[in-house]
Amino acid sequence: MEIISNVNDGILYVKLSGDIDHHSAKTVRDCVDNLIRKNNPAELELDLSSIEFMDSSGLGLVLGRYKKQTDMGGKMKIINPTKRVLQILQLAGVEKIIKIERIRQA
Amino acid sequence: MKKEIKKIKKKRVILNQIKSSFPAKSINESLSRMIAASLVCQLDPTIDELADIKTAVSEAVTNCIVHGYGNNYKSISSVNKSGGEINLYACYYDDNSIKIIIKDKGKGIEDVKKAMQPLYTTDESGERSGMGFSIMQSFMDKIRVISNPGKGTTVIFEKKISRPV
Ligand SMILES: Nc1ncnc2c1ncn2[C@@H]1O[C@H](COP(=O)(O)OP(=O)(O)O)[C@@H](O)[C@H]1O
Ligand SMILES: [Mg+2]
Repeated sequence: MEIISNVNDGILYVKLSGDIDHHSAKTVRDCVDNLIRKNNPAELELDLSSIEFMDSSGLGLVLGRYKKQTDMGGKMKIINPTKRVLQILQLAGVEKIIKIERIRQA
Repeated sequence: MKKEIKKIKKKRVILNQIKSSFPAKSINESLSRMIAASLVCQLDPTIDELADIKTAVSEAVTNCIVHGYGNNYKSISSVNKSGGEINLYACYYDDNSIKIIIKDKGKGIEDVKKAMQPLYTTDESGERSGMGFSIMQSFMDKIRVISNPGKGTTVIFEKKISRPV
């Protein structure tokens, strides 16, 4: 599991890579929550393009961060989920709650 | 007539299997996925079929750890003394189908039907989504859940793997 982040113009960009399961979710959660607390971003962009494995623990992680962001008056979107990740997000109806964006990468 | 049909429809035969047990530690979620995937790989599955199996195994094993044993792993010696073990059995048959059995001796489920409903979770604090069983159902061909409160839970999956061309 690797986390890359940067802040630009009030937008906190976080890219997760590797496996998200119940074991790794705790570390990711603590790390992203720290970034949110420190930066108080207007928008959180969660890049899921490099996820190799994700199960329903990842759903909990995504929905939990969405709740945190909106509770603090911020916005959130998901960027470039893999086909597998998208399948799981859609099973839970996440796309009806959180904006999912495809961005072409250079 | 009936007898003849029975004869023609021959029983499938197990070609290979693995039996494993490991402590209910969250680091073993990935281990369990790898064990099941390694066996299934002998059937040359598609990438999607393999991902389906890894996801379903991960869901079932995580449930043993989080719900069955209440995230309560302390040490190997306590596992040896008072339990806290997960059993994973996987096999494949001569008709290219697989069976996976995941078993814990934890607290069990009162109402299995209710537990399997989408978004149902008894864990409010740990950011569970309640989608575990729905994911298992959608990624496997068959799922059976047998549970006795106080005794434990067994989840059985079956899935047909496409034959490589
Ligand atoms: N092995 C198990 N032992 C005890 N209870 C379980 C087990 N597996 C599932 N459950 C119960 O079924 C519910 C639903 O499981 P699931 O669909 O995976 O959602 P989640 O894990 O997000 O709660 C759990 O909240 C729990 O109450
Ligand atoms: Mg679950």
